Amino acid sequence: MTSRFFDLAIASFSLALVLLAATWPVHAEDKLARGKYLVTTSGCNDCHTPWKMGENGPAPDMSRMLSGHPEKMALPPAPKPAGPWIVSAAATNTACSGPWGVSYTANLTPDRETGLGKWTQRNFTETIRTGRHMGRGRVILPPMPIPMYKHFTDADLEAMFAYLQSIPAIRNRVPDPLPPAGDVASAR
Amino acid sequence: MRALFLLCLALAALPAAALPPRLADTGLDAPGVIAFEPQYPLWSDGTAKRRWLYLPPGATIDASRPGAWDFPVGTKAWKEFSYGARRIETRYSERLADGSWRFAAYVWNAEGTEAVLAPAQGIRALPVPGAPGGRYAIPSRTDCLACHEGAAVPVLGFSALQLARELPRLSSLKIFRNLPAEAPRIAAPTATARAALGYLHANCGHCHNDAGPLAEVGLVLAQPAAAAGPAAPRRLLERMRSPNPLTRMPPLGVRLIDAEGVALVERWLHPDPQPRPEPLP
Repeated sequence: MTSRFFDLAIASFSLALVLLAATWPVHAEDKLARGKYLVTTSGCNDCHTPWKMGENGPAPDMSRMLSGHPEKMALPPAPKPAGPWIVSAAATNTACSGPWGVSYTANLTPDRETGLGKWTQRNFTETIRTGRHMGRGRVILPPMPIPMYKHFTDADLEAMFAYLQSIPAIRNRVPDPLPPAGDVASAR
Repeated sequence: MRALFLLCLALAALPAAALPPRLADTGLDAPGVIAFEPQYPLWSDGTAKRRWLYLPPGATIDASRPGAWDFPVGTKAWKEFSYGARRIETRYSERLADGSWRFAAYVWNAEGTEAVLAPAQGIRALPVPGAPGGRYAIPSRTDCLACHEGAAVPVLGFSALQLARELPRLSSLKIFRNLPAEAPRIAAPTATARAALGYLHANCGHCHNDAGPLAEVGLVLAQPAAAAGPAAPRRLLERMRSPNPLTRMPPLGVRLIDAEGVALVERWLHPDPQPRPEPLP
């Protein structure tokens, strides 16, 4: 009987601890740290921060952290795909050409005119969930890994957005994506 | 009492019934289904469209807010898309017991005898003779939400402004309560301005409004809005007539540029410097 009572007490105490942990308020610093961790480890800088060649080879240029494809970088047409090589990437790793056309990585800094400065948490969450700009605009193109990222939890996306809103704003207007050759709209 | 409570709890916990696998099972042929036609239709690549609404017996729409009618639980709406005599799809929305809405698309067979539930991810390129490039996109459920959850009310074409001309007929069906005596009308200095504002309301306003998730964008094209025009009209026209399908607006449900719609908005934003007399609005 005593042992049973003891087991019940332990179980109740454990449950209380779990509930307490789940409902404990997340401090802003914790959220930012979590967001920084997720943005850093989820590869956001791999494409959204322009790469430059350094002594140790190509690496993200953190002075332009997460500012997307440089607006002043003029690119010639991408090489034509040959055989199984259907994707080309610019040296900055911020422009990518493939069967979808040419995509340029977005400015994720909080600049109000060229980045995410005017975005709300809902805009960000719905973009990742739906694969559409702000949840309702144009389709987010490859190689953005929407099929994987859409599984982030709401809490993770809130932490990531909070962190992205806290980093230095960089004014950089990323060009519009280009459609595949021949895929242009006609009028009725 | 306890049994009743437990029963209510159990009912509340039940998931909504699965979407009917066939359009015929959604109730489209039920008595009381109302046909309607908005005065400012959405451009959908030149498809012909028919629309219907159903309210449960005795239920009414609270029309006290002209821009945000409150539809009762059990409301159903349908929109059918056709090229010529061939029906392509019928979209369906329904208000559930918990107040939420669900959306689906039903695809017609080539004979036009039956429509079945489309996959949740939609159909990207359904072969359809007569459609642009011979392909037709059935929207995914997520696509449905992109437009229908961006506005004040998920029912987009059944509103006081859109039905202003049909309100007397609909009102006689006793489907409204708190309906204002006067039908809304777009405030505009000319008939062209009114038509253009109506066009933008129908084709853009469900996302570009001041109450939804794109409010921070600062481009309000839903009515009621200022008749002076958007702050960046050149950009607006660029996006409407862009040959780039990745950036052209609207981003959903359109492959063909609506040349007539673009011309209308152009006439409004850049009127003829020596205008001909225009009929009074």
